[in-house]
Amino acid sequence: MSGAPDRPDLIGQRIPRHDARDKVTATIAYAADWAMPGMLHAVVVRSPYPSAQIRRLDAARASAMPGVVAILTAKDVPHNTLATDVPGQTTTVGPLRAHLHVLAEDRVRYQGEPVALVAAETLEQARAAAEAVEVDYEPLPGVFDTATALAPGAPRVHEAGNLLAEWRIARGDVAAALAGAAVVIDGEYETSFVDSGYIEPEAGVAWIDGDGVVTIRLATQVIEHYRDVAEVLGVPQNRVRVIGTYVGGGFGGKEDVTVEVYLGLLAWKTRRPVKMVWTRQESLLSRAKRHPYRLRYRTGASRSGEIVAQQVEIVGDSGAYAYLSALVLLYSTVTAAGPYRVPNVAVHARVAYTNNPPTSAMRGFGAMQVVFGYESQMDRVGAALGLDPVHVREVNALRRGDTLPVGQVIETHVALPVLARRAWDSLGEPTPPRAPHVRVGRGLACNLQPYGRIVWLHDWSSAWVGFEMDGSLVVRCGAPDVGGGQASSLCQIAAGVLGVPLARVSVHISDSALTPLSGTTTASRQLYMSGNATLKAARELREQVLGVAASMLGVAAIELDLVEGEVRARDGRTLALKDVLAGCARASVPRSRLAVYHAPAGEPIGFMKVGGPDMAPHTPQTLAHGPAEPGRGSGKVFPDYTFGAHAAEVEVDTETGVVRILKYVAAHDVGRAINPTSVEGQIQGGVVQGLGYGLLEEVLLDEGVNQTTSFASYLIPAAGDVPDVQPIVCESGEGLGPYGARGIGEPPIGPPAAAIANAIAAATGARLARLPMTGERVLRALGALDGKDG
Amino acid sequence: MIVRFTLNGRPREVETEPHRTLLDVLRDTLGQLEAKEGCAEGACGACTVLLDGRPASSCLTLVPLVEGRRVTTVRGLERDGRLHPLQESFVAHGAVQCGFCTPGVLLTALWYVEKNPGADREQIRQALGGNLCRCTGYTKIVDAIEAWSRRATAEAGP
Ligand code: FES
Ligand code: FES
Repeated sequence: MSGAPDRPDLIGQRIPRHDARDKVTATIAYAADWAMPGMLHAVVVRSPYPSAQIRRLDAARASAMPGVVAILTAKDVPHNTLATDVPGQTTTVGPLRAHLHVLAEDRVRYQGEPVALVAAETLEQARAAAEAVEVDYEPLPGVFDTATALAPGAPRVHEAGNLLAEWRIARGDVAAALAGAAVVIDGEYETSFVDSGYIEPEAGVAWIDGDGVVTIRLATQVIEHYRDVAEVLGVPQNRVRVIGTYVGGGFGGKEDVTVEVYLGLLAWKTRRPVKMVWTRQESLLSRAKRHPYRLRYRTGASRSGEIVAQQVEIVGDSGAYAYLSALVLLYSTVTAAGPYRVPNVAVHARVAYTNNPPTSAMRGFGAMQVVFGYESQMDRVGAALGLDPVHVREVNALRRGDTLPVGQVIETHVALPVLARRAWDSLGEPTPPRAPHVRVGRGLACNLQPYGRIVWLHDWSSAWVGFEMDGSLVVRCGAPDVGGGQASSLCQIAAGVLGVPLARVSVHISDSALTPLSGTTTASRQLYMSGNATLKAARELREQVLGVAASMLGVAAIELDLVEGEVRARDGRTLALKDVLAGCARASVPRSRLAVYHAPAGEPIGFMKVGGPDMAPHTPQTLAHGPAEPGRGSGKVFPDYTFGAHAAEVEVDTETGVVRILKYVAAHDVGRAINPTSVEGQIQGGVVQGLGYGLLEEVLLDEGVNQTTSFASYLIPAAGDVPDVQPIVCESGEGLGPYGARGIGEPPIGPPAAAIANAIAAATGARLARLPMTGERVLRALGALDGKDG
Repeated sequence: MIVRFTLNGRPREVETEPHRTLLDVLRDTLGQLEAKEGCAEGACGACTVLLDGRPASSCLTLVPLVEGRRVTTVRGLERDGRLHPLQESFVAHGAVQCGFCTPGVLLTALWYVEKNPGADREQIRQALGGNLCRCTGYTKIVDAIEAWSRRATAEAGP
C-alpha cells in the first residue's frame, strides 16, 4: 500500500541553509556563548616539558587561593584511563585499542599534556591558581623525529616500544616489474605537522541536571563521547548526556575528546556548573595535529605510461599517544598507489611514537598525505615519457570492477578521466608572466578518498521524522553540525519526500539523550549515513500517512501524492494534511517514524592487532598479499570512494621564491549534489585548507617544544593568499548516499599540495618535495637547479 | 571606572576595570555574544566590531578607549527586524558555513565596500586580510560581498 514514488523536487536545489539566517545575525549560541547560574570556570594545568618525570605535585598552596573550588590531579580521577580509538556509533570496535591517562600520573610525554584541573569562581582566579600548582618535573631524554624513534636503543616513549603500528600490502612482483619498466622514478617526500585551525576554540559547559544526569554542552564532532565520560567517572553510560552545539569548525580536531571529560569530572566533583574554554594558544599547543609523513616512492612505468609497479614506504609521526594513528595509517596504506590500476604494489607503512604533540584525525585522514607522494610521482612519470599530464592519468585511471591493491573491488563508476580533462581544460588560456623573473606553470593532481567508516566497524545511523498536528515537520537526528550543512541537508531530504515547505521543518540534532544516535560527523559520512537514515524514515512516514489518506478517500495509495502540505489524488481531490494527520490519530497510525540505516559491513582483513601503551607489543600486519587478480574481492575496507581532479596555474617569483596561485579548478564526482551550493562550499573550503597545507602551514617544533602557538606564527590562508576556487561538480548518481550522493567533506583537501608542486615543476623545472613549499624552500630548489648550493 | 559609549545606536554605561577589553565587556558584562573570541591576540578577526564606523579587534581594544564612541556589532545591522542586504547576500550565496567568522567578516566588508563602492574581487580579498575563515575558502564570501556591492552601486545610480 505505498504511495506514488516521492518526487525529490528539492534535491539539487540551491537552498539557503536553515541556519544561515541565525548565523548572519549571530543568534546561534556556540559552546563558549553558554552560561549557567553559579557557574565555575576551569582551566587545565599542562606540562611545559615534552618528556619528563613528575617527581612531586603539590596543589596545597593553589587550593587555598581565593575563589578556588577544586583542583583535581590523576589520583582524583575515578578511572584515569581514556580509550581514544574508534569513537562514535559502532557496534564493533575491533581489536584496535589505544588509551591514555586523563591526567598524567608520573610521566609526561609531550608539551601541553594535562596534569591537573582547576575550577574557581572566576576565570582569573582559576588561571592564578593554575600558575600556583607546584609540579616538580625531572626532564627526561625524548625522541623528536621518527628516524630516531625507530632506531635501536632510542629512548622509549612507551614501555612497549616506539613502533605503534605497521601495515603492509604486497601484490604481484614489484621487483620484477621495476626491473622490466621503461622508466623508474624514485622520489622522497616530506609533509609537515599541521593544525585543524578552526576559528572556534574548544569549549563547553557541564552541569548536573535536575535528574542527576551529568550534562555536557560542548562543541564536538562526536556526541557519543558521553560513554567515555561515563567510563572515567565510573557511572552507567545512561547517566551522562552530551549536547552538541553548532560547531565553529571541526575538521577532525573535535573528533577526539577535548573538554568533555574534564568538564564532566569537575561538575561531578563540585556539583556545580563548570565552563571551560581553551585559549587559541592552548589549542595550538595541545590539540592533536595532522601526522607528518616521510614518503618514499619507487614507481615503474611502461613506455606508453602505464604504471607497472609502485613501491611505497611510509613513516608517520604519532606524537606521544596513539589516538587514531593506526587507522590514519591504514587509510594511507590502502590509498598509497592512488586512484590508479597498478598490478604490482608493495606498501610498507609504519607510525611511531615521539615526544611531539599527538597526531590524530584531520580532514583527509591519512588518505591525504600520500596524494603529495603519488601525484608528484605521476607527474614525473609523465614528464619522463613526454606525456601530457591528463593523458598519463587517463591511461592509468581505475575503472569500475578494478581491484585496489588491498583487494577491494571498485563497485561504482570512476569518473576520473572526465574530471581530469575538465579540470585541466577549465584553466583556459595560459596567463602570460607579468615580469621576466616570474614563471608561470600548470599542474594537475587526482585523488581518491574513502567516505563512510571502515566496513568492519559496522557503522549505522538513525533518524526520526514526525509531523506535528499542524502539519509542520520535525527531524531528530544525533548528527553534529560542524558547518558543512549537515543538519540542513537532512531538512532538505525530509521536506522533499514529505512535500512540506522548508520553512515548516525544524531539525533537532546532536543530543545524546534526546536525538536518535547517528554517529560521528567525520569520515565524510554524515550525509551518506544520516541522509540515508532520514530518507528511510521520511519514506516510511510518507507511506504511513498516505495509507490513511487512501482509506479516507477510498482510493489506492498509489493514486496519491503528498505535495505542498496537502494530499492530492489523481482524480483531482485533495485532503489537507492536517485532516489526514487527524485521521492518523483516529486510525491509531503514528505520525512519526524512526529509521536506522546500516552501512554495508564486512570482516576485518588480515589479523589486526596494534600495540601501544598498556598493550601487548606491536605485531606487523599484512593487509593483502599475493597476485592482484581482478575480482579478488576479499579486501573490502571502505564502503566506497570519492574521486577528484584538481588543476592549478601558479606563478613563481624566481627572485623571492614566492608562489602565487593564479587559477584553481577542482572537479569531483559527488554522485548527486543534494545542495550544490553546499557541495561547492565543501570543495572550495577543502581546497583552501589544502593550499594552506601546500604553501603556508607548519607547526614548528624545537625538540618537542611548539614554536607556533598563535595565529601570528601558525599561518592559515587569509582571503588575499588564495584565488577564487572554481568547483566542477560532476554527478554520476553512483554514490551510496541518498539519491546516489557521495561524501564530499574530505576529498577536496587531498590534491592541492601536489597540484601546486606539479605546477611549480612545470613553471621552473624545480621539484619541491617538502611541505610547505615556502619561498625559502622554492629558492633553495631553484638554486639547486642552477648548481648553486642553496 | 565608568565607561560610556553608544552600542548599536543605544547609549550604554558600564562599570569596569580599566584593563578589561571591549570584547570581554561586550560578552561578559553586556551579554552581547555576537562578538566571538577566536584568538584574543588580534590575529583572527572573529571579535571585529566597528568603532566609529571602522573595524577594530575588540579583543585588543581596552574598554576605556571606547569612551564616548560608537560601537557597532553585527546585531546593529538589522533594520526593523529585516536583514541588512549584505546579510541577505551572505545567506543567498552560501557564504556562511560554521558561521563563527561571519559577524566579523560582515562588519569588515560593510565598512570596506561603503568606503570603496566599486571594489573588485582582489581588493575585497585584501580588505578581508584580518578576518580568517577556515571553512569557506573565501570564494563565496567574496561572491556575496561583490554581488551586494554591485547592487548597492547600481541602486545609488549615476
Ligand atoms: S579574537 Fe580578536 S582578533 Fe581573534
Ligand atoms: S564559516 Fe567557519 S570560519 Fe568562516
